[in-house]
Amino acid sequence: MAVLPTLPRRYHSASIWMLYVIGLCPAAWYFYLAATGGLGFNPVKEFEHLLGIWALRFIIATLAITPLRDLAGINWIRYRRALGLLAFYYVLMHFSVYALLDLRLDLGAVGGDIAKRPYITIGFACLLLLLPLALTSNNWSIRKLQQGWNKLHKLVYLIAAGGAFHYVLAVKSVTLVPFIHIALVVLLLAYRPLRRPVLNWRRGKPALRPAR
Amino acid sequence: MSAHRPPHIPASEITPREIYMSRRSFMGTAAAGLLIGGAGGALAAPLTASPSAFKVDEPLTPKEAVTTYNNFYEFGVNKEDPSQNAGDFKPTPWSVKVEGMVGKPKEFGLEELMKIPLEDRTYRLRCVEGWSMVIPWIGFPLSALLDQVEPLGSAKYVAFETVVRPEEMPGQKGFFQPLPWPYIEGLRLDEARHPLTILAVGLYGETLPNQNGAPIRLVVPWKYGFKSIKSIVKISLVEQQPQTTWKNANAREYGFYSNVNPAVDHPRWSQATEQRIGEGGFFGAGRRPTLPFNGYAEQVASLYAGLDLKANY
Repeated sequence: MAVLPTLPRRYHSASIWMLYVIGLCPAAWYFYLAATGGLGFNPVKEFEHLLGIWALRFIIATLAITPLRDLAGINWIRYRRALGLLAFYYVLMHFSVYALLDLRLDLGAVGGDIAKRPYITIGFACLLLLLPLALTSNNWSIRKLQQGWNKLHKLVYLIAAGGAFHYVLAVKSVTLVPFIHIALVVLLLAYRPLRRPVLNWRRGKPALRPAR
Repeated sequence: MSAHRPPHIPASEITPREIYMSRRSFMGTAAAGLLIGGAGGALAAPLTASPSAFKVDEPLTPKEAVTTYNNFYEFGVNKEDPSQNAGDFKPTPWSVKVEGMVGKPKEFGLEELMKIPLEDRTYRLRCVEGWSMVIPWIGFPLSALLDQVEPLGSAKYVAFETVVRPEEMPGQKGFFQPLPWPYIEGLRLDEARHPLTILAVGLYGETLPNQNGAPIRLVVPWKYGFKSIKSIVKISLVEQQPQTTWKNANAREYGFYSNVNPAVDHPRWSQATEQRIGEGGFFGAGRRPTLPFNGYAEQVASLYAGLDLKANY
């Protein structure tokens, strides 16, 4: 039940490159605003927070690809690698702004924060966990690792949960905007264990086959 | 580093009586103007005040930053929300009820409060979030008001309450309200009586903008900013420590005292340094060390002699 017109194959590659360009626009735009005084009176913190929120948005988009295909018949799996890498780039920028512009590369303070502040510990762990995923986001790794690649990339569920938790802990109170982001992560993660029964039900098969 | 310059005031700085008296008549006119223009809540009226010895020798935070970078959750949780959402708030007419363990409980009209001699007080403000400002307030010592109601010997604490007006304060409406209202703050009576503790009615030579807590707010410069409660409608003298809003919301992170203390970290971030708002811009935004009691240790540290400041954060 495709609800969107299919994009001709010859445009696939170009559309993926477009996604990278569009995906990096928020960072470029906010950087421009911050550098020209358009992000208010605490531009470093503001820029840092915006990068973090966009990282979470790309994680959410990555997780949405599978249910979108299962439930709406929209196959955007070709964009998943770009979305995942964009999430990684935003997490990396988020951390760099924090370490470089906020803490002025005071490595003692960065290390102290990571060791002492649970939300920063979690955030940093997510960045480390994203590294192997980013490094294996290429066709060569997929071929080389075979089934291992699928297993490795299931780490994204842990990263998404960690990212959402990092966000909850970082805000003074969970208001509407954090709530929406966190709720989306929870929904998309909760879909995973439900996926088999949902697919079986849609195909008209019994969820459980009696053992013979 | 002392924030308190010795109160050597040159004669040239002492306001002559006629000007001082004319300020009062001017204030009367200004107050009347405010009453007539009642609906025009956000109108700033010029205020004059006598200079005081309480002055920080550091560059002032630009007025635009002071009036657009605010935490006032009654108008929303983002820094720009209060300045954007406070336009419908009506700070006049206004009155403040002073009650509880006092000999003479009384409801003070704003005009009456404005008759208490106003002073210029330039203070550092340190937010619990790790940023700071230097703000030229106009106000009067809280003790001047407390003296008028004659606190009883049994009174140990002072509790303050912010107005609740969901129809004028969008943060008090709808789902996902960040805090329960009314916002409550409190001080020990000796902290409330300290000469540094003021009720502010203006900043930068004008009446308070709505987003800064119009028409009257507390300023306690040696404590984290959330102690300096805004838009006050009630002050109660009580025997028990008041149930303050942030402490009730998260007692592990926000203590009753909340004295600025670089040695006691917030559980989620360090309090050792602070970002001075409006300084350095995007690339040069260096953090500065936070001072014990926000630089007012000389004046207030004695209030806490013998108190374990790590346990009583």
